[in-house]
Amino acid sequence: MTSAAPILQLTGIGKQFPGVTALDDVDLRVLPGEVHALMGENGAGKSTLIKVLTGVHPADSGTILLDGREVSFASPLEAQNAGISTVYQEVNLCPNLSVAENILLGREPRRFGRIQWKPMRRRAAERLAALDLDLDVTAPLSQYSLAIQQMVAIARALEVQARVLVLDEPTSSLDTGEVEQLFKVMRNLKDQGVAILFVSHFLDQVYEIADRMTILRNGRREGDYPTGELGQVELIAKMIGRDLAELERLEERPPARTTGTLLQADQLGRTGGIEPFSLTIREGEVVGLAGLLGSGRTEVARLLFGADHATGGSVTIDGTPVSLRTPQIAMTHKIAFCPEDRKADGLIPDLTVRENVVLALQARRGWTRPLPREQQAQLVDRYIKALKISPADPEQLVRNLSGGNQQKVLLARWLILEPRLLILDEPTRGIDVGAKAEIQRLVAELSDGGMAVLFISAELEEVLRLSHKVGVLRDRKLIAELPNDDTLTTEVLMQTIASGGRS
Amino acid sequence: MNRRLLWPAVVLALLLLLNLFFTPGFLSIEVKDGHFYGSLIDILRFGAPLVLVSLGMTLVIATGGIDLSVGSVVAISGALACLAISQGTGVLAAVALAVAVALVLGAFNGFLVAVIGIQPIVATLILMVAGRGLAQLITDGQIITVTDAGFKVIGGGYLFMLPFGILLALVVLAATVFLTRRLALGLLIESVGGNAEASRLAGLRSRGILITVYAFAALCAGIAGVMVASNVSSADGNNAGLWIELDAILAVVIGGTLLTGGRFSLGGTVLGALVIQTLTTTIYSIGVPPETTLLFKALVVAAVCLLQSAAFRARAFPRRERPVTQPVQDTTEVAR
Repeated sequence: MTSAAPILQLTGIGKQFPGVTALDDVDLRVLPGEVHALMGENGAGKSTLIKVLTGVHPADSGTILLDGREVSFASPLEAQNAGISTVYQEVNLCPNLSVAENILLGREPRRFGRIQWKPMRRRAAERLAALDLDLDVTAPLSQYSLAIQQMVAIARALEVQARVLVLDEPTSSLDTGEVEQLFKVMRNLKDQGVAILFVSHFLDQVYEIADRMTILRNGRREGDYPTGELGQVELIAKMIGRDLAELERLEERPPARTTGTLLQADQLGRTGGIEPFSLTIREGEVVGLAGLLGSGRTEVARLLFGADHATGGSVTIDGTPVSLRTPQIAMTHKIAFCPEDRKADGLIPDLTVRENVVLALQARRGWTRPLPREQQAQLVDRYIKALKISPADPEQLVRNLSGGNQQKVLLARWLILEPRLLILDEPTRGIDVGAKAEIQRLVAELSDGGMAVLFISAELEEVLRLSHKVGVLRDRKLIAELPNDDTLTTEVLMQTIASGGRS
Repeated sequence: MNRRLLWPAVVLALLLLLNLFFTPGFLSIEVKDGHFYGSLIDILRFGAPLVLVSLGMTLVIATGGIDLSVGSVVAISGALACLAISQGTGVLAAVALAVAVALVLGAFNGFLVAVIGIQPIVATLILMVAGRGLAQLITDGQIITVTDAGFKVIGGGYLFMLPFGILLALVVLAATVFLTRRLALGLLIESVGGNAEASRLAGLRSRGILITVYAFAALCAGIAGVMVASNVSSADGNNAGLWIELDAILAVVIGGTLLTGGRFSLGGTVLGALVIQTLTTTIYSIGVPPETTLLFKALVVAAVCLLQSAAFRARAFPRRERPVTQPVQDTTEVAR
């Protein structure tokens, strides 16, 4: 590695949002002509850092040096004009416009106010040729695959003589071949001296393309390392961290009093979502799913709840084949699901605690058989007490509750249906330590009472503490299923994730 | 009083006061020929079809949708009822036919939105345009006049000293309140409108709910259509219910239900419909020149909508004692 002067240097960046410190004294150095990976779990501050860098949010503190000069951008446009271009995860181009229009949108060559189509097409083709792409620039963008669209977005970003290109999870919706094509383009750019800041959740990809990486955790910088000098296990350890000591320990888990097989998935899978997997869940058993973000944890949960359609495989419940096509069908088999994104997929923020809690039960009864008000009040009161929901006001709007209490409302909605299998996708993410411990204790109690729980969490300690058995996922594949005996530790789990189950 | 109902109520009161200023005795109600009589009764009577259509519209808007076809349904149902009566069908059978056809048309709208997945504004635009033509086909391009005394009662008759139309609107209002607030339809509608994906994952059958809601909106429009036709003893495929969908949408918005869906307020909608009807009456009674009536109406509606906006009120009438929400933290003082 040459010790060239960094093209981009961020020093002591801090950013507060109401109630949270998103970034705390973060440094980042990117050298010209390198691919620099920005690593961290969800909520680590990657997106915030990129937004501060590209002028979406102002920084509360710290300095940004671009090519040695201090800069501060009031808008993404200013950042772009200074040479920092960003391509976001979702391609934000106009699918119904042509490739050429997309590349030069807002910068069309004009004469007397009228667009000159010929030079425009020529320039667009030149841009694409620089990326080794040969497309029909007059065709609408929507004709091309996501990978090509992604590259058109890059071509658009480079149209402004970018010196730093920020790629925010560009590969999350691409298949292997498309990723290769993108990497070819990235190497090409690298050779031209463009610095690339690359965000991805796929470890293999990072190790393939990145020269160095900066790791963020909980808004702080863990350090930066040349890719070759940091093993995958150490990387995962640094990303996930071990700051859970403040959580009270649960008592020693008794072995699951498993009585029988509840649910058995056989080669269940969904093209583009999760590779076919087989999984057995027994009554009273907590099955943990471990894996990094994007490894397919959520996809497993959604297939078992009927939120997505499986494209292959089969499921049996109590030995009887079932087809979990819709959430309603899953609910008749007493399966419940608390989704990862509480606000988008779980709660109705404008309705009250009471309404949110009785929603699933009411949906099952249909609108012609209303749940009597006294019964609603009783149920909601019982769960407000049992789960310590605060404020203890059934008529409070859910949007006014804290994250932990919102999670409890969602739990209450499903618990009143007395499910046999409770699927919890990241139930403790983004909530405070106290609520976290309560939810963990609740999971233990429910499984002692005979309920099966599928517990998904990015925090390996939590998964280990609660689960009787841990399924390990990586790159949309269930790669291992490990019994949680004394030999299973977070190190073993990280080792398994890192090795891809090959060892 | 519910805060959401406050502003439409204030506007309604102001409009009534304005009328009182121009027309002394505007608020008085007397008994003539054994029934109540007065400007207020007139507003209620002429406003009844709008109230009906607006009730249905409220539920559609609460799901995050919109129904542009209600005006055409008004015309179709009126035309069908008059055609049937003119051909010798009994009044009850004719009305039942008209309302049943309206229900089917509404279910068709719901099918387009919920099953085919067409955006509500486009899906209902189909029937808005086609429905007018259908109404003219039914009336054969003519105005069908009927002279059945029984039919006349629906829009022009009296019961318990009150115009029959007002009572009919009250019955539909009561039925709507019952369906949505006593039964659980309201909760499920607000849930689908508030967050469709979360509702699906909570096991709601949103298709069924959407079809029900669009069918209900058309049912209300069908009843309104019979009422309008009865009131003028004729069916006019061209003009019956013309632009009533826009007045209904306005009534819903003035009533405080958001076009984005979610929470809805039936009381607010009734107030909103009465505001619009009172406004129409006011325009005539205070002698606004005919060529500026639409402009006048638009100005008042704009004012009401601005008053409804909390952001606007905060700017227009700033309160002095705004509490400081967040104590300044040490970290922010260090910054820069």
